[in-house]
Amino acid sequence: MKIRLTNRRLFWLKVIIHLSAALPLVWVFYQGSIDQLGGDPVKEILHFTGISAFNLLLISLLVTPLAKRFKLAALVRVRRLLGLYAFVYALAHFLSYILFELQLAWQLLISEIVKRPYITVGFFAFVILLLLAATSTVWAQRKLGRTWQNLHNFVYLAGILIALHYIWSVKSDILQPLIYWALLLILLFFRKQKLTQLVKKCKKSLA
Amino acid sequence: MLIKTPKKSDELESQVTPKAVYQQRRNMLKTMGFLGTSALLASQPARAISWFSDDDELFKTMPLSFTKSSQFSTQETLTPIDKVTSHNNFYEFGTAKSDPKENAQKFKVEPWKLVIDGLVEKPITLDYDDLTKLFPLEERIYRLRCVEAWSMVIPWIGFPLASLIKKASPLSSAKYVAFETLDDPKQMPGQKSRFIGGGIDYPYVEGLRMDEALHPLTLMSVGLYGETLPPQNGAPIRLVVPWKYGFKSIKSIVRIKLTDKQPPTTWQKLAANEYGFYANVNPAVSHPRWSQASERRITSGGLFNQSRVPTLPFNGYDEVADLYKGMDLRRYF
Repeated sequence: MKIRLTNRRLFWLKVIIHLSAALPLVWVFYQGSIDQLGGDPVKEILHFTGISAFNLLLISLLVTPLAKRFKLAALVRVRRLLGLYAFVYALAHFLSYILFELQLAWQLLISEIVKRPYITVGFFAFVILLLLAATSTVWAQRKLGRTWQNLHNFVYLAGILIALHYIWSVKSDILQPLIYWALLLILLFFRKQKLTQLVKKCKKSLA
Repeated sequence: MLIKTPKKSDELESQVTPKAVYQQRRNMLKTMGFLGTSALLASQPARAISWFSDDDELFKTMPLSFTKSSQFSTQETLTPIDKVTSHNNFYEFGTAKSDPKENAQKFKVEPWKLVIDGLVEKPITLDYDDLTKLFPLEERIYRLRCVEAWSMVIPWIGFPLASLIKKASPLSSAKYVAFETLDDPKQMPGQKSRFIGGGIDYPYVEGLRMDEALHPLTLMSVGLYGETLPPQNGAPIRLVVPWKYGFKSIKSIVRIKLTDKQPPTTWQKLAANEYGFYANVNPAVSHPRWSQASERRITSGGLFNQSRVPTLPFNGYDEVADLYKGMDLRRYF
């Protein structure tokens, strides 16, 4: 079967992505503000924004393999949008943690980032996504040249850090985090060649 | 012991209306469901009603008669009943906080059997009616501090565990008290499936040292907010130890056994580096994965109405400090 991705279809695909990513986020914060998110709205917001950020990142990592498999080069044009929404959710997650969970206790924030491994890896993943989002414009891409691609390869590391953040944060029920690990590893497996090259390059520059 | 002068704690309760509002809403749903279905399907109303609203499936709590204990009660703002009954850690019914309320409504508490045995002269068995009739009931407004760093203020109804233990005449060789939750995978989906129950070993077991068990603050609770316990809160009878993290306050108890050895407890068996046998609330000893220095108090109000308060040693119940004199509470956390 041959699917053709016309500009018109691509436009509607982007509209759908915008709506299905932005509306739930607005809705969940509205529900939280009027206390309609169950017993503890803070936990609910943290879980929702966190898992959604991970979902969006995994979907964005699915774009390239899909585009290759179905010869849909134009599909790559939704990748940045998905990645940016992953960042928006991660930002909402991080800000909710500071604002609602820690109630702006900055010292506690710093000591938790330093002392708690699951917060540490989550924080690093956030910093990576922040850098990628900040350099996501065409202008930055031109300006950075080859560095841009190197920088954006860090998305794979972010994926691994997020998966760690998730599995280390749960108390005993690790089934769902394990499913996410499996999904991530499948997506990384599609890039086996690229990743082994990256690892070799890293080793070289370290040696 | 800390003795507080009685103030009008009644006022606090009257400030909290959600129960009535909640029931009104439920009644409205019920009426709507009934009218709607009876108009559509006159032949099979009962079935249709339950399809339109699950109210008929809701567990029924009963009003209790009790006195109010001002000596043991805090004056702090209560956590509204809809939060107390919808935000629960009760892995037997699922690991998400909303799971117990969702999955426990068909839980059967009658008949019930609670056995007190082990190192006692007179082992006793309580049936369902005994739970609320054998001892005079009193209301105590306690702080509940979860090990996950959130807290609530809950008006429990119950009787001191000490009364129950004394009734069984403990032997002097009894040093510890072990508690056990009902083991019934048919009723508790978390016990049937590891994926629902978070992979912990069932039945849930907890324990106290004898002097902790006999402390006047230690309560066997049979109700909250004036009525019998909803299943998600541990119906028909549960333990409440206000100076320890919430997981010590075991729910839906079927057996209390006096022993001479420290019982292996559920969370300690699962992760001994994270959850100790004592589990006294202690701001100075962090959980390996988060700080215990402060806590988020769950009251009414949404996201922008949250408050973070400092956590107090023994959850503010200083009168128990004597029990641990000379103990290194960092080691025995």
